[in-house]
Amino acid sequence: MPGAEKHLRVTFLVAPAYLWLALTVFLPLAVMLFFSFLTAVPVGAREATLTLQHYVSFFTKKIYWYNALRSLELATYVTLACVVLGYPVAVILTRMITGRAREAIFLMIILPFWTNALVRTFSWTMVLRGPFDIIFTYPAIVIGLVHAYLPYAVLTIYVSLQAIDERLIEAARALGASKRQAFMRVMLPLSLPGVLAGVFLIFIPVTGSFMEPRILGGKDAIMLGPIIESQFTATFNWPLGAALSFMMLAIILLMLALGYPLLQRHMER
Amino acid sequence: MKMTINRRAALAMLGSAPLLGAMPRLARAAGEIKVLNWQGYGTDEKWATEAFEKATGIKVVHDYFNSEQEMLTKLRTSPGAYDVVLINNIYVMDAAKEGLIQPLDTAKLSNFGDLAPALRDSDRFVQDGKHYASAWVWGLTSFAYNFEKITDKIDTIEALWNPAYAGKVGMRDDAMEAIQFGALATGQDINNPADMAKIKDKLMALKPQLKTFWSSEDEWNKLFAAGDYLVAVYWSGSASRSRKAMKLPVQFVVPKEGAIGWFDGLAVAANAPNPDGALAFINYMIDPSFYIPWDTNVGAPASANLKAMAGLPEDALNRAVLGDAEVVKRVQWMAPVTDQQRQAQQELWDEVKTSFAQ
Repeated sequence: MPGAEKHLRVTFLVAPAYLWLALTVFLPLAVMLFFSFLTAVPVGAREATLTLQHYVSFFTKKIYWYNALRSLELATYVTLACVVLGYPVAVILTRMITGRAREAIFLMIILPFWTNALVRTFSWTMVLRGPFDIIFTYPAIVIGLVHAYLPYAVLTIYVSLQAIDERLIEAARALGASKRQAFMRVMLPLSLPGVLAGVFLIFIPVTGSFMEPRILGGKDAIMLGPIIESQFTATFNWPLGAALSFMMLAIILLMLALGYPLLQRHMER
Repeated sequence: MKMTINRRAALAMLGSAPLLGAMPRLARAAGEIKVLNWQGYGTDEKWATEAFEKATGIKVVHDYFNSEQEMLTKLRTSPGAYDVVLINNIYVMDAAKEGLIQPLDTAKLSNFGDLAPALRDSDRFVQDGKHYASAWVWGLTSFAYNFEKITDKIDTIEALWNPAYAGKVGMRDDAMEAIQFGALATGQDINNPADMAKIKDKLMALKPQLKTFWSSEDEWNKLFAAGDYLVAVYWSGSASRSRKAMKLPVQFVVPKEGAIGWFDGLAVAANAPNPDGALAFINYMIDPSFYIPWDTNVGAPASANLKAMAGLPEDALNRAVLGDAEVVKRVQWMAPVTDQQRQAQQELWDEVKTSFAQ
């Protein structure tokens, strides 16, 4: 019976975590999913019936699908910038710096995480004035978001670079590969899982961002995120806000489903 | 044995329960009232509640709400918990119909006769000859400009569309307010605009004018001080605070096209434990002896009490601008909106903002 006993013990140990996850993540999500099919929030004297109208609105009303595209576009810029800026930093961290210096640099990279996001964003409203004066423009939103999400890119890429066997690159060089070739053919493909992890960690939350666009973006602030927010704070239309959120989730899942076979093939090569 | 004790104890508990319930209630009725309001909105000024307690022996206790919906929910779910409640005029009749508030015995309000009749007897407050709330304060949503940088006197809402101020105009990211401004600028009724397409075009024409949206008084002050705004949508009460407390060169304008007006009332909750105490407190709230120090030392909206307004210093914004009968004539008062209207407004505003970003 040792197998069964072990099984039981594992169940006992894991159960609280799953229960907690179910209560805090899936229950609220399920409630919101249910709301997204209602005509109104069922409180007070409001009559709520089942409907698909909010999902239909996403396709029929330009403000919703068009701003969903704007959110995806913004997420693409931010993610690209994070990877392009984060990759060299991760390379330098793994290959050129060691010991105390590396710890110090890590601290500097993680530091933005320790400050409140709102405070961080407001501090940008001061910095982006000065000589550049790009406050309240689209680039200001991108800068604010890149600053917030860059650590994800650096850390995930760093982890996968750290795992690469140094001798593989040495072997490539010894066999006549140029530095560039060794990077393109050996290091980059091997670090791709880290890059992808970073891309997912950045792309998904940025599509839903509303605070940074609102504070830094001025007239360019409108995205799906701020529109969803106003359904909850201004118009008391939770069902529409929920439906728009789930549409965004569906788009991202679809993109993953379409992109996954392609990535898999690439990474196996 | 055990059984009898239990039964006796149970009987004793049953017998005393109503008494226990009634006791604190009686004790409360003698010397306490509970007020439901926004935090920091006059009724909870410490000097005022102390003065009121000293004069009447009634202690003032507060509970707060963060939205009108929350206020209504609290009245629905806790009958008998509140005495005085602040209600924006557009919600008073709904609350009365739902039985959340009771008609006022206006004979017990010695200051009632001094209230501006237009507000006091508004059909938002009165039904079948009964007043369900006492007019308390009111204010305007319009716009203000920097009088150091703009020396010409501005008297038209078209200032927001004036190319001279391109890129230096501010407004709030609020669908209802934006549409009301569009209605004023196109000469329409702010509550029932006939031509929404015209309003949409007018708002879309703000694209080259706008710098950014503001969302709080504090943010407005910062953007104005930084020179981002030369002309910006603003609230009358906040404008007087910006000028007085922040020393900013803010000139509030009530343009010839009109401005958006709102007014708040004080009501007595339906099952108020202390209705007489509630009336005494409301009477103090509309008294000049409360209002004048409130506006002078803290900054307040305009009072519904004409005598209180007349007692303000002559340069006070509330007296100089809002105290002018000609100004008041131009005000369009905000009316209640349904959920459907609110949603339609939000969609139109989102369309306008999308055009700004294109």
